[in-house]
Amino acid sequence: MSLPKPVMRGLLGRRLRFHLPIAFALSIVAGAALKGYTVTEPRKQAYADFYKQYDAVKEFNAMREAGIFESVRPSGE
Amino acid sequence: MCQMLGLTAGRFGTRFLGRRVMALVTPSSATMASHGHGHADVSEIADMSKPMYCDRMDTPLPDRAYKDELNAADKTLKEKEKGPWNQLTKEEKIALYRLMFRKTYPEMKQKTDEWKTVMGGIFIFLGLTGLLVWWQSIYVYPAQPRTFDSEWQAKQIQRMLDMRVNPVEGLASKWDYEKGQWK
Repeated sequence: MSLPKPVMRGLLGRRLRFHLPIAFALSIVAGAALKGYTVTEPRKQAYADFYKQYDAVKEFNAMREAGIFESVRPSGE
Repeated sequence: MCQMLGLTAGRFGTRFLGRRVMALVTPSSATMASHGHGHADVSEIADMSKPMYCDRMDTPLPDRAYKDELNAADKTLKEKEKGPWNQLTKEEKIALYRLMFRKTYPEMKQKTDEWKTVMGGIFIFLGLTGLLVWWQSIYVYPAQPRTFDSEWQAKQIQRMLDMRVNPVEGLASKWDYEKGQWK
């Protein structure tokens, strides 16, 4: 019937000492993953690839033929 | 403290609600002065101005012992409690515990089937709401604007593709301009 006295103090401190490093580590990992792999680098790459083969005049003429501009009509009219 | 936290869920809460609603609903002035039914309730309702007992996991020592009207046997036990405790038998210790508390922690922690009632109620009300929304979409909504027609939507998307909307990562990037189809 004599149980050991349970820990009464320092419970919050113990919890923080355990969880804060994990929280920081996970946040840093998430940030690095977001930056390097999932969002920023792929997006930069997508833009770089797009503009490598981009011919502005050709695109403009295609858009003009589609008839969306008001200042310059398709070459047929 | 006990009483404020437990009140809304406690059985006394619904009693209070019942009496107030009754007083509002019945127009006769005799309701408040009536005997019989009214008085039958009074003895059951707790006096909120005095400390109350509660079974709460986060309040190990309630404001009051569970049994405060002790009969003669309980009183002698309480007297014996004032002496050294290793002279109490196991049954006496348990009896003292039961005088002080209604439920033990394991009894408090026992799982109930309340969640089934809750989920059932949620689904019932969601279903009723769904029926209401359906009726509403047939009888209340005005005619749809022409911009919702599939023809109009198709022309809209074609115009967006012509304008090269979001050509890097968005809409126009998903369209193959050479083949005239989605990638």
